[in-house]
Amino acid sequence: MLENNRYHRQELFQPIGKEGQQKLRNCHVLIVGAGALGSSSAEQLVRAGVGTVSLVDRDYVELTNLQRQQLYTEEDVSEQMPKAVAAEQRLQKINQDVTVHAHVIDAGPEELSSFAQYVDLMIDATDNFDTRFVMNDVSQKYEIPWIYGACVSSYGVTFTVLPGETPCLQCLIDYIPKDGATCDTVGIINPAVQMVVSYQVTEALKYLVGDTGAMMGQLIGFDLWKNERMELSVASLKKDDCPSCSAQRTLPYLAYQNQLKTAVLCGRDTVQIRPPREERVNISDLAQSLKRNEQVKLFENPYLLSMEIDDVRLVLFQDGRTLIHGTKDITEAKKIYYQYVG
Amino acid sequence: MKLHINGDVIELEQQMSTVEELLTHLGLQEKPLIIEHNQSILKKEDHSSREIQDGDQFEIVHFVGGG
Repeated sequence: MLENNRYHRQELFQPIGKEGQQKLRNCHVLIVGAGALGSSSAEQLVRAGVGTVSLVDRDYVELTNLQRQQLYTEEDVSEQMPKAVAAEQRLQKINQDVTVHAHVIDAGPEELSSFAQYVDLMIDATDNFDTRFVMNDVSQKYEIPWIYGACVSSYGVTFTVLPGETPCLQCLIDYIPKDGATCDTVGIINPAVQMVVSYQVTEALKYLVGDTGAMMGQLIGFDLWKNERMELSVASLKKDDCPSCSAQRTLPYLAYQNQLKTAVLCGRDTVQIRPPREERVNISDLAQSLKRNEQVKLFENPYLLSMEIDDVRLVLFQDGRTLIHGTKDITEAKKIYYQYVG
Repeated sequence: MKLHINGDVIELEQQMSTVEELLTHLGLQEKPLIIEHNQSILKKEDHSSREIQDGDQFEIVHFVGGG
């Protein structure tokens, strides 16, 4: 019964119709990041009946997330649930008719490439350009579109990259800020998130039902507080010698010797450390050995181990990553890491 | 001079002759911006040579990383 009229209002919308709804059911979308943009995108796509939604995220839920990351609850905060896990549980409660795959991982070149062969489209919900450049190269290599989206304060930007048609992110590299000035140190209001997601999800629906002529084809920017909306036709910025999307491309972000092993998390006073595979630690063994140290406050759930020592907090995930809270200094973070994790 | 920037009418006391001058005046010269001037996208190297006139339209967008 639920199944029969769940999508009725969306099917009444003429550009989708019953045929479009069936197409959505057969599609698979990858959402990279399950923070503010990712929660909202995922909820909309799952409610819309996109057959399979995969989510990847490396982080866990914190109290400051709840103002805008709509899939999460106070319970998720107190249990320090990984966002991907909490999101999957909530999304399946919303719609058990679709498949949701959630992965608590760092979205590097290998991980994103392994998804690429299965997905129709990628939605950007990350908080950094390192991951976006990897997404961009994966998109070009496997000829899968991706939809850039980002926001800070009351401002947002979005652009759909269609391989073989539009400029890619690498073509626009001269315009990408290289410092951390875009971090959420200036705050964010939820309407800015929702506006970016409205554009991203609408673009996704258009693409997935095959109405590509209706896609925006422009870079869109807006500032909700200043009542501004900008549309820029950036087609002329496509570079003939682009290392990611031209005929002589090298896909530099997949060729990774460059691969990031440490990353400072945007506005969080946190450094992530990601050891090579062979160096991974077993978190329950580590918990056992640390129990003897009375100065270390431990918290453990099936997904992560958290330890607090003075002003510093370390959180270890099963996939081997560690978040070090209380510092932005990579060298200091590494020192703490070697001290407690080894 | 009067300019339309991101849909707003901006009145400037001084006359500006190039895009570069305008950006300096607005304190935006160092920022990585994508600028559309009268419906044409500017490359960075064009900022110093592109002349501007009263009533010109600008759309200015900067990339951000948050999400």
